[in-house]
Amino acid sequence: MEKLFVEIFNLLAIAAIFSFPFLKTKGRGILTLGVISIQVVISSIVALTVFAKGEAQYFYPGSWITGEIPIRIDSLSAWFMLIISFTFLTGAWYGFQYLKKYKNQSANIALHAIAFILVYTALIDICIIQNGFAFLVIWEIMALSSFIVIIFEHYKTDTLKAGINFLIQSHVCILFLTLAFMWVKIKTGSFDFLAITAYTSSQPAVTGIGLFLMFFIGFAIKAGFVPFHTWLPLAHPAAPAHISGIMSGVIIKIGIYGMLRMLLLIKTDMTTIGYFIVTISVITGVYGVMLAIVQHNLKKLLAYHSIENIGIIGIGIGLGCLGVGYGIPVLIICGFGGALLHTLNHSLFKSLLFYSAGNVYQAIHTMDIESMGGLLKRMPRSGYLFLIGSLAICGLPPFNGFVSEFFIYTGLFSALLSNHFLFTLFILFAIFGLVLIGGLALMCFTKAFGIVFLGTPRKKFDEGMVEEKPMKIFPMYLVAMAIVLIGILPLIFMPSIQQIVQLYQPGSAAFTSGQLKSILDILSSVGWYSLGFIVLVATLYYIRHLITAKREVAADSTWGCGYTGDAAKMQYTASSFVRTYRKLAGPFLMIKKEKREACGLYPGHINQVTHPHDKVETWFIEKPLLSIRKLLSRFVFLQNGNIQAYILYGLIFIGLVILLPMIIDNISGFFYLLNRL
Amino acid sequence: MVSLILILLTSLFFMGVVIRTKSIASGRKGPGLFQPMKDILRLWKKGSVYSRTTTFIFRIAPTIYFSSVLMAIFMVPHGNNPGLISFSGDFVMFAYTLATGKFLSIISALDTGSSFEGMGASREALFSMLVEPAFFILLGSLALFTGHTSFISIFTTLHYESNISYMLGALATFVFVLIAMIENSRMPVDDPKTHLELTMVHEVMILDNSGFDLGTILYTTNLKFAMYGAIISNFFIGALPLEISIPLFFIVQIGFGIAVGIIESFMARFRMAHNPQFILILTSVSMLIFFGVLMVLGRFV
Repeated sequence: MEKLFVEIFNLLAIAAIFSFPFLKTKGRGILTLGVISIQVVISSIVALTVFAKGEAQYFYPGSWITGEIPIRIDSLSAWFMLIISFTFLTGAWYGFQYLKKYKNQSANIALHAIAFILVYTALIDICIIQNGFAFLVIWEIMALSSFIVIIFEHYKTDTLKAGINFLIQSHVCILFLTLAFMWVKIKTGSFDFLAITAYTSSQPAVTGIGLFLMFFIGFAIKAGFVPFHTWLPLAHPAAPAHISGIMSGVIIKIGIYGMLRMLLLIKTDMTTIGYFIVTISVITGVYGVMLAIVQHNLKKLLAYHSIENIGIIGIGIGLGCLGVGYGIPVLIICGFGGALLHTLNHSLFKSLLFYSAGNVYQAIHTMDIESMGGLLKRMPRSGYLFLIGSLAICGLPPFNGFVSEFFIYTGLFSALLSNHFLFTLFILFAIFGLVLIGGLALMCFTKAFGIVFLGTPRKKFDEGMVEEKPMKIFPMYLVAMAIVLIGILPLIFMPSIQQIVQLYQPGSAAFTSGQLKSILDILSSVGWYSLGFIVLVATLYYIRHLITAKREVAADSTWGCGYTGDAAKMQYTASSFVRTYRKLAGPFLMIKKEKREACGLYPGHINQVTHPHDKVETWFIEKPLLSIRKLLSRFVFLQNGNIQAYILYGLIFIGLVILLPMIIDNISGFFYLLNRL
Repeated sequence: MVSLILILLTSLFFMGVVIRTKSIASGRKGPGLFQPMKDILRLWKKGSVYSRTTTFIFRIAPTIYFSSVLMAIFMVPHGNNPGLISFSGDFVMFAYTLATGKFLSIISALDTGSSFEGMGASREALFSMLVEPAFFILLGSLALFTGHTSFISIFTTLHYESNISYMLGALATFVFVLIAMIENSRMPVDDPKTHLELTMVHEVMILDNSGFDLGTILYTTNLKFAMYGAIISNFFIGALPLEISIPLFFIVQIGFGIAVGIIESFMARFRMAHNPQFILILTSVSMLIFFGVLMVLGRFV
């Protein structure tokens, strides 16, 4: 049955794309929305059957290049299929409304919609295909079509630049993946994923670690682990809001999927891998949020937060690996379980935040936080939904972010009680990192929400309420409901997560039902206490309402120390809100400041601009590129624009190609002769 | 349940103890122990003035702030009587629930669009971010020391054996006293007595709150002090029976109140720029405790 469904799923996409020429813009939009919805239903059915009935598997014959193509849908694939499908459903819905503002760009929208369907189809196929070659082909389709959806506003130079940056980096990612798959292919002669297991279990642990590192770098570029994250903060602001939401919610998660899949397949020393992943994840998390705080572009800020959350997910994955390595069952449950749950949670709140940011963008046509303010009154729905997203992303109860972070904390604190000295110290480092991430995220989102939505507008925009169409807000409500639901009932997805975690269980570290139950009990009680917290707030607010209902209430201007004029420009800005932090974290950041101070008797216009730069980007990308360019510029004389010269190069090349084997033959003959002497 | 009642009782007079100590230290007689509570009651009876800039967030934030502290208090045990809420890892929820309240109080300050309140909000966000690691590392050390991960089981199994472990208890008390001072924005990080907006942290955030809401916020501060006092008292109570532990609880609370009063009387507020360094010291003291625990347990290398 799965085979039929998967085939229908793919054929639908192809059919939809071929019917595009026969439709008008509106019809194309409705078709895209319809096709995506049906595809979502189909893939959800497949995923749910897998959870209910267990792994499904079938084969396509393939060609002599690829070998047999196995399709295996296990619970890990099913989990990611569900996450991807939900975000794409809300994303397609929201995007349909979002793109109405661009409806005169007919051709552009058609291309966008085709690429959108392709991204979704490719992402789902990536989750189920287990043949290296086919995987890479689909990965390439995914990368190219995400490039097209990102550069929707390609007439803007910045967008195109960010898109090309994305395109190059995703091909570096593909390069690493190709190398890794070829490595296994050469050694075993098969592209089947199972060959990886067969190969690594017969080799010493070092080989497995090497292979994993290769895969890790590839997938880390997609997921945005530091130092491979540099495409994220550029691509997210460039893409339209629904694409940013989907990209941050699920496209980068496909990297996490790849990592989890490889951890399942590669048999090697999991302890080393665990230490490695946790270290890089803590750095990723802290670095991501540290840079997020100083951003002035709302979408860029959210993009850096994706990096932070990838760090949190990574801490979970690494913890799970350590659990497998040391044979501690609690760590396996809490680590992998927390990571999987956080993957889902992050896809929810991050897409919600990006959709709200999209509404803000369409209302005031800028993403510069410094010029915003007081938007809650103009667009209350987007504002309050953004607030829910902010609370959830900071990991605060009663929302879903808290549940998954708590899950990981449980794992960390139980790991702390182990007997290895270095391990304990290391776990302390991870706890420190996670706590710091939480604190910094709180600071970042009080800034983001407070400056954007509260206070008085810092710049004049068109007056009046912004029209918030119910159709545009509806998918956001859907996401917000899921956020609250998981916060209160964290166990609803537990059976599925449990199934996935069991895949990672080696026989030696099987957890007893008692251990599992105690953890589940704690989680469910956390959910109930979160509900209790909501009830407590509601009751107390009601009591407050009862008491103060008959009291005298007056409205006045904000207290200004006696000053009653226009105080909009005197408000705290985003930069001043984080100023002390910026000074404190100065050594880790790279902030260029341009300042014109007041001087002389009649001081003129004063201003100050800060440009936060990414230190990692400068060191790992810009500086090496610069030196390569310097080196290559020495050969610039070759490119002289002279057609005769170019023909000469061609001749030299052809000559070399033909002559070189002959020369080598002669040389080897010469050596042969020498040997004979 | 016991701890909840005790903390609520303490919250009625705690600030009175602090103010009385400060008065005596400065050579005055000072108001009665219940005067601060009477002031709050008076505020609770008043009407309010709201800024036109503010939204619904400004109205609900004090309630959420209060509920978050109340929720945290539910998790604090008293000796071997668990709090209303008790599960392993409850201190994580304790910290995060308090953070929810803080989040709301920070954005409610930004809600006024005032030129001063953002300043307090910014400082509060930074200081609470810096103080968080100290709390977690301290509780991590205690968890490591006792082998448990919930407030109640940590405190009931916390028994001092060697000289080092007494020192650890003293250091932990020190860290908690300072965490309480920072979280409540008192000296030496913030001076609630100054009425210059540029130098305030918490007070400046609530400039626009009035009437019932202001009363709620002030009472929440009292509750928060009593809550931290209750946690500190747990270092000394252990598994003692109630008839000894309850008087001991009050002795510790009053001692804590006097300590706060004395610190506030004889210490000057730090310069704002020096506060982050001071708060980070707490984290290093917690690290010291952590290594001390490792030493006591003999797990060093």
